[in-house]
Amino acid sequence: MDEDARRNMRPLSLHVPEPRFRPGDAVDFADFDIPDVAAAPRPDIGAMPEEMRSLAYGLVRVLDLDGASGGAWAPRLSPERLVAMLRHMALVRAFDDRMYRVQRQGKTSFYMKCTGEEATSIAAAYALDRDDMCFPSYRQQGLLIARDWSLVDMMCQIYSNRGDRLKGRQMPIMYSAKEASFFSISGNLATQMPQAVGFAMASASRGDTRIAACWCGEGSTAEGDFHSACTFASVYRAPVIINVINNQWAISSFSGFAGAESTTFAARAVGYGIAGLRVDGNDALAVYAATEWAAERARNNFGPTLIEHFTYRAEGHSTSDDPTKYRSAEERSAWPLGDPIARLKQHLIAIGAWDEERHAAMDREVAEEVKAAGKEAEKQGVLGDGLHQPFTTMFEDVFEELPWHLEEQSRQMVEERKAAGI
Amino acid sequence: MNMIQAINSALDICMERDKDIVVLGEDVGYFGGVFKATEHLQKKHGKTRVFDTPITECGIIGVAVGMCTYGLRPVPEIQFADYIYPALDQLVSEAARLRYRSAGEYTAPMTVRSPFGGGIFGGQTHSQSPEAIFTHVAGLKTVIPSNPYDAKGLLIAAIEDNDPVIFFEPKRIYNGPFDGHYGKPVTPWAKHPSSAVPEGYYRIPLGKAATVREGNDVTILCYGTMVHVTAGVVAESGIDAEIIDLRTLVPLDIEAIEASVKKTGRCVIVHEATRTSGFGAELSALVQERCFHSLEAPIERVTGWDTPYPHSLEWAYFPGPVRLGQALKRVMES
Ligand SMILES: Cc1ncc(C[n+]2csc(CCOP(=O)(O)OP(=O)(O)O)c2C)c(N)n1
Repeated sequence: MDEDARRNMRPLSLHVPEPRFRPGDAVDFADFDIPDVAAAPRPDIGAMPEEMRSLAYGLVRVLDLDGASGGAWAPRLSPERLVAMLRHMALVRAFDDRMYRVQRQGKTSFYMKCTGEEATSIAAAYALDRDDMCFPSYRQQGLLIARDWSLVDMMCQIYSNRGDRLKGRQMPIMYSAKEASFFSISGNLATQMPQAVGFAMASASRGDTRIAACWCGEGSTAEGDFHSACTFASVYRAPVIINVINNQWAISSFSGFAGAESTTFAARAVGYGIAGLRVDGNDALAVYAATEWAAERARNNFGPTLIEHFTYRAEGHSTSDDPTKYRSAEERSAWPLGDPIARLKQHLIAIGAWDEERHAAMDREVAEEVKAAGKEAEKQGVLGDGLHQPFTTMFEDVFEELPWHLEEQSRQMVEERKAAGI
Repeated sequence: MNMIQAINSALDICMERDKDIVVLGEDVGYFGGVFKATEHLQKKHGKTRVFDTPITECGIIGVAVGMCTYGLRPVPEIQFADYIYPALDQLVSEAARLRYRSAGEYTAPMTVRSPFGGGIFGGQTHSQSPEAIFTHVAGLKTVIPSNPYDAKGLLIAAIEDNDPVIFFEPKRIYNGPFDGHYGKPVTPWAKHPSSAVPEGYYRIPLGKAATVREGNDVTILCYGTMVHVTAGVVAESGIDAEIIDLRTLVPLDIEAIEASVKKTGRCVIVHEATRTSGFGAELSALVQERCFHSLEAPIERVTGWDTPYPHSLEWAYFPGPVRLGQALKRVMES
């Protein structure tokens, strides 16, 4: 094109997303559209993905904001099971609170809470079988807790102490628990997503019955690994549940930087021809129902489901983070979908299965349980006191057998520490 | 200035001087980066020149290549060097080779900044030193500053360089020099001569090492955090060592290395990265090839072990004063 013609054209401009509220801003979610619990149909588990596109853009809900339940997705769970779920959610929160505090006391190096997101892993774990394989990210401590994994074991990992089965090598919260069908957590985002698909493909090719599930944050859906996972899952109809926890923030970057201004995260499924559900992640019953539906679908060879759990990260990203530096402090309390524990509690009270006294007693009990586990774990040392593993363990597990160069380095380290008197 | 402020100042000055420079990366915009290296830049230069990106390192570098093709000079940040691996293909097969494969028609004048190294209880995915991987790739330059003054001058030179540069920032010394003793508080940079950083523009050419200390008995080759560990050990040892801070690994100041080793007749190489196929192996081969007849002792390598970085045992992993002191003793006694 010649220069003159170009001069008459309108200049392009670059769009850079901005979150709605920044520190100091008053928060107003009045225009936030919360669909009715009756709005989302529940398709047959064998339905074709294109028949349920609307579910990738809507919001599957069971509990309304007054604690009543309804709609096509309402799971029929006994009050006892609901109470058990509530208790596990409260236990996760108590665990987080204590571990956050011990990090602040210098007993360990790091911690990450999942406050506000407890339903996304507890209710999901309730809907899965105990031996379905989970490929978590770092905010799914609820999976282990729902599977009644030992709190002491988790704390020993956080303290990198003598009782840490991972030999003090992994950062706090990067658990690994094969017995609980819980994959070893990586610090590199989204790597677990294709791995879960691979597990599911292997299980299917062997004619097994175990399915797989994986979790990542909405920010992590930008990683190539997430898209590789979706492609493989779709192509091989892998029996896998791909969970995206949309907690609105990836460290300081709001969900718009992962694409939320243009579409939903559940809608990623549409392009891959996968079933996609967008779920109220603060509604434990909706999370349960969606996961149960996806698990049934996978178990019956109808393929993968991508579930977006729409929730809110109520606390900082980690102990290294100060959220008041990038978002309005009001967001947390103004969050229109409330708090998952409060909502389930309210529902249980509404159906006459719970009351404030029992709830307060439960809170005290879970706090005691966590405290007792903490004391037990601390008997085996805390990171703040120094090394708890024999330092030659550093060279173990790099390979199955110790090759000459590691043997030599191990010896050198022992000698050098002896010479230095340490 | 501390090292973060020096880096921030370099970015600010370059952005002021050249409108083609853009800064992009995870959390670099409004928040100013998780280590605060890009603080205030978005406010001053606008959000189309300093912006947050989706969490995809491969995307960040790929997009930067495209921006270079348009004529911009991007300075992408990879939040931790451990997360540069997803971007490897874009760096190795694309950015590094663009000039070569197009016979100079296209180039990738970008500077990839990334905090690296351990000593912060970051475990295996927040501690690695992957510099050797990049020095192995034809077409990439690799720069590692060891103090605020150098960080600013080298970063300006890197940004002005027309080749893709990997700029690794030793995060252990962002706030102050560090002698390698666990538990010893870091002395702030303010007390160090290199914190006298001019406010304005200056550059330190790539490919020029710095002699941190002159000496006659042994040459110690080091960079980044290890410069400070080395200086501390030498001061205590009474050995008349010559300490050379390489500053850039590619291009390497071979003249400075050769002249020093020929003078001292001994060579110790120090880096934090794992030993096998680490940059120390390259240095050792170069010294052997060029200074063989001057050597009075075998070359020593002091490095991290060939294991992933172990969270709670990181102080046994870190090549600190003990390991270095013993290597120095060995090389002086042989
Ligand atoms: C490959 C990779 N890049 C960058 C990081 C640094 N990082 C750690 S957590 C995080 C934000 C993740 O956000 P999201 O996926 O939304 O999960 P959330 O923390 O909100 O649960 C980033 C950028 C990393 N761990 N791995």
